[in-house]
Amino acid sequence: MDKALLNEELEPAIGLKNQSLVLTPLQDIKGFLFHHLGRLFLFLITCTSVLLVLLIFFFVIRQALPFLTKFSLVEFLTTSSWYPEAGTPKFGALSLIVGSIYVTLAALIFAVPVGILAAIFLSDIVSLKIRDFIKPVIEILAAIPSVAYGFFAVLVLAPWMQTKWGFTTGTNALNASIILSIMALPTIISVAEDSISAVGRELREASYALGATRFETIVKVVMPAAHSGIIAAIVLGMMRAIGETMVVWMASGNAAQIPSPWWNLAQSVRTMTATIAGDMGETPKDTPHYWSLFAIGVVLLAMTFLLNIISEYFLASAKKKAGKS
Amino acid sequence: MKKVSIFAVILLALVSAGAATAAETQTLQIEGSTTVGPIVDAFAEAFKSNYPGLEITVKKTGSGDGAAALIDGRCDIATMSRFMKDKEFKTAVERGIFPVAHVVAMDGVCVVVHPSNPVTQLSTSQIRDIYEGKIENWKEVGGPDLPIVAISRDSSSGTYETFHELVMNKEEMGSKVEYVNSNPQAHARVKTTIGAIGYVGIGFLDANVKTLKVDDVLPSKQTIATGQYPVARPLFMFTSGYPKPGSMTYKFCTFYLTETGQEIIEAKGFVPVTNY
Repeated sequence: MDKALLNEELEPAIGLKNQSLVLTPLQDIKGFLFHHLGRLFLFLITCTSVLLVLLIFFFVIRQALPFLTKFSLVEFLTTSSWYPEAGTPKFGALSLIVGSIYVTLAALIFAVPVGILAAIFLSDIVSLKIRDFIKPVIEILAAIPSVAYGFFAVLVLAPWMQTKWGFTTGTNALNASIILSIMALPTIISVAEDSISAVGRELREASYALGATRFETIVKVVMPAAHSGIIAAIVLGMMRAIGETMVVWMASGNAAQIPSPWWNLAQSVRTMTATIAGDMGETPKDTPHYWSLFAIGVVLLAMTFLLNIISEYFLASAKKKAGKS
Repeated sequence: MKKVSIFAVILLALVSAGAATAAETQTLQIEGSTTVGPIVDAFAEAFKSNYPGLEITVKKTGSGDGAAALIDGRCDIATMSRFMKDKEFKTAVERGIFPVAHVVAMDGVCVVVHPSNPVTQLSTSQIRDIYEGKIENWKEVGGPDLPIVAISRDSSSGTYETFHELVMNKEEMGSKVEYVNSNPQAHARVKTTIGAIGYVGIGFLDANVKTLKVDDVLPSKQTIATGQYPVARPLFMFTSGYPKPGSMTYKFCTFYLTETGQEIIEAKGFVPVTNY
């Protein structure tokens, strides 16, 4: 019995009997080439995405350069009258930059507390069954096209704000912020939930063993341990909000002004993304207006790039910590 | 087997289609205004069914691009929502191209407010003051004590251009003016905002918004076509020289005179220059 089995196992090997174990030079070269060409091919494919990022930077900056050489950068960044099509055009992008930061920060004021509380609830409090139901539902939020959010903002939220809250105009910073916060929620919740779940069971058990309540454990042990992941979640949500175009274009009202008084969310604002999307359509090529839109693009790229680096930093340190525990 | 036969049918269709176009290839290059775009698209659609061998390319990037393309000889017809600037005209003549204007339709921009607003008419200078931010409350123009929400189209739209030129006299809009990116959206915002004032093409008027008289003239097809209504402008097709009668360019540029052409222009929300 044993012998038969042994034979059967050896059977396929019999085919190899005539082959020499030493490779012929041809086989050797073939193997060598396959290995290295394959590596090179995969390397090039990976490079394309890196290259794309560099190309985007290159082209946006190249189109923005004529503007930066012909107009004053200081005026661009510090004045707030945006009249690119006027007889003597004025390119004061401050109101647009402020507009972008304004709606983004306001969106975070709504989205961060809700997002983090939801993440804690999902990771530490609710049962696995319910969590497996809720998480996909939250992720559906991320799948709704932004135009659909925009329609909701213009046709439902805006009239509602006017009739219920007595706002003069329904498309304003508050409207855009509310919609943006809803759009940033899935990102914040899922990244924060991942990092809170990644905090080891040992830490929680140790905390309970020392007599801490669940509230104390979450606030004093789990949250500090997961803080870098939570910060990364916030920054990622922020990037989602600052880069969003369609919704702010439809919901913010697009008035190029800095709200006064500054906390007045009921006034309409104009963001950088909305300006680029709105003006790009029929701006003739190679005109100051055209270049100025690319200059705005550079400012936007620089901001998101910075945010990206910050989130990478915190995500990396979150990973390191998870590795340690 | 089934796959192969389907493939063969597709191939056969492609070949026959290719043969049909090869039999009588005529091309028509049209470039220019986004405002005239809907008219040209519909005209091209009608031409494609009438003349199967004809290939029409329509590019809609802006009046300035249309002029540039005509000057460079890159297109047969340049569609423009404004007349050629002196500089464009001069360059064209220097290059041996003599632009001829064909007015195909009139475009009227109507000023609208919320139906509950008692104001029935405004003068162009009042509208200008509103959009410049000098008038901020309806009571200053005979309405209720209500802040005005001025709504404009985005500065790249043709409707904005007309309004900016004919009402604003190319003055800057105030910083409180809100911008929307389509006629339906402007309509929706005015419909739902009590203090709003906005402007839309004549095709977008209905009972949900109230149309104002401008300088005592209510916009209608007639007042726009006759030039009584102040916020109206002609839409042009430019050709290099007058097209040879009978040529495809000639047929296209005079299509607005036919009954179908007029119907198309009306269906797209513009006003035909002809009475029928």
